[in-house]
Amino acid sequence: MTSSALKRTPLFPQHLALGARMVEFGGWEMPVQYSSILDEHHAVRNAAGLFDISHMGRLLVSGDGALPYLQYLTTQDVAQLGVGQASYALLCHENGGIVDDIFIYRLPTDYLVVVNASNAEKDFLWMLQHLAGFDVTLTNISERMSMLALQGPQAEAILDRTTDGQLATLAFHHVALARIFDVENALVARTGYTGEDGFELFVDSRQLGKVWERLLALGADEGLKPCGLGARDSLRFEAKLALYGHEIDEHVNPYEAGLSWVVKLDKGDFVGHRALLKIKHAGLSRKLVGFELVEKGIARQGYPIVDAQGTQIGTVTSGMPSPTLGKNLGLGFVPLDYAAEGSEFYVLVRARSVLARVVKTPFYRPRYKK
Amino acid sequence: MAFNTPANLKYAKTHEWVSLEGEIATVGISDYAQDALGDVVYIELPQLGDSFSAGQVFGTVESVKAASDLYAPVAGEVVEVNVALESDQEPISKDPYGAGWMIKIRHSGETSELLDAAAYAAFVEEEAGH
Repeated sequence: MTSSALKRTPLFPQHLALGARMVEFGGWEMPVQYSSILDEHHAVRNAAGLFDISHMGRLLVSGDGALPYLQYLTTQDVAQLGVGQASYALLCHENGGIVDDIFIYRLPTDYLVVVNASNAEKDFLWMLQHLAGFDVTLTNISERMSMLALQGPQAEAILDRTTDGQLATLAFHHVALARIFDVENALVARTGYTGEDGFELFVDSRQLGKVWERLLALGADEGLKPCGLGARDSLRFEAKLALYGHEIDEHVNPYEAGLSWVVKLDKGDFVGHRALLKIKHAGLSRKLVGFELVEKGIARQGYPIVDAQGTQIGTVTSGMPSPTLGKNLGLGFVPLDYAAEGSEFYVLVRARSVLARVVKTPFYRPRYKK
Repeated sequence: MAFNTPANLKYAKTHEWVSLEGEIATVGISDYAQDALGDVVYIELPQLGDSFSAGQVFGTVESVKAASDLYAPVAGEVVEVNVALESDQEPISKDPYGAGWMIKIRHSGETSELLDAAAYAAFVEEEAGH
C-alpha cells in the first residue's frame, strides 16, 4: 500500500504516533482511521473531530484581474463575495462537465482557492491555461500552508479557547485572520465537509504539528478525537456533499448532480456557460437521488441500478451503512421517472437484486450555525 | 503491530483461518483481517448444503468503508453456518478465532495453499509492513 512516490503531509509522524491506519488517497499517504470509523464519525456528530486535510490543494489568485478571472473560470458569482466571505463553486469544461468542485475564500487582497487533492495538478494546469488576458498571478501555496478541519458541535467552544474568543462570532462561510494559540497569521474559516458546524484552519506548515497536538490536548475534555478519511467520507455522504470521482466528474453536469444553486448563468460569460444554458433548457435525462435499501444489502460505488425487469437504468455513486441513521443508504444517478421520493428500483449487489426506495436528501440535515 | 495467530490453526493468504478436525473444517477470518476491515457491520454467509471449491468466494463481510469477499480455504459442503453473526457481527472483531467462526465445511481434501501460524505471521508482517 505504501510507496515512496506518495506524498505526505507535515503531520505524517503524528498520524503514525496515534496508530493511524494509512492509505493511499489522491496520491497522498493519509490516515483512513485512528480508532474506528464509527467512533470517529459519532465523535463529529456528538462532540468534535480534528482532520488533517493538508492533502487538499491551495492556490492564491492575486492581481487586479483576480475577480474577472474567477468569474470567467467558475460557475459561481464571485462578485457577490465580500471580503472575508467564502463560497462553494465549480470549474466546468466547455461542454458543462465538471472539472472539479472548489471553495473560494475572499481575503483582503487575494482569493484563496481550495481544490481536491486528487485534482490539484489538473486544476492548477486548467487555471494556467485560462490565464491569457487576465492580470493575475497564481501561487501554489499548498506546501507552505497546511490545513486542518475542526468539526462538530463542540468545535466552536474548543476553537474559542485557542483564539482569545475572537472567533465565536465568525459567521457561516466567513473567513478571518487569527492567532491560534501563539501561531500568528492563521486563517480560520467557518466551513467544512461534515454537515456539522465547524471550522477549517489554514496554518503555516512549520507550525502545523504544534497546533494539531495542542488542539487535541485542549479538546480532549470536550470529546475531540483525531478523525481520518473514513469518517470524513461517511460524514459528507450523510449530508449529501458531493465527492469528486463519485457524484461528480467530467461526465456529470451540475444540474443532474443537484448543484444548480452554484451555477449563476446570469452573471455573464464563463467557461461552460453556453453548454450549461443549453442543458438547462433541454431538461435533464437523469438525476442524482438518495435511496435506502429496503432489503438486506449494502450498495457501493459502481453497483448497477436496475428496474423490475433487470435492465440497468443507473449506477450507484456512493453507498454505505449510515452510522448516524442506522440504515443502508446510497446515492446514484437514475432516470427522472425514478427520481421522485418513494420511487422504487433495485441495486445489484453481487448479482442479487436488492429493493431500494428513493428518500429525501440530505439523509442527515446539516446543523450549521448560520 | 502484533496480531494474534494461534499455532493450532492453518491460514490462507486471503486471511481466513481454518481448524481441521477430522473431515470438518471450521472457518473464520484472522485477527489481522478483522483489524484491517475495521468495524464489521454486515455479513453474508452461505446456505447449508452449499458447496465450494478451494479459493472460491463463500461470503462477504462489509465495514462502513468497503465490502470484502470471504474465500473458502478448503473445498467441500457447508454443514453449519454461524447465523448469529448475521444479526451481531461483533464477535468477528472481538473473538475472531472463537465466537467469530463463520462456517463449518465437510471437506473433500482439496485445500488452497495453507500456511502454518509462523508462515502466516511472517506473511502478514510483510503485507502490513512499511
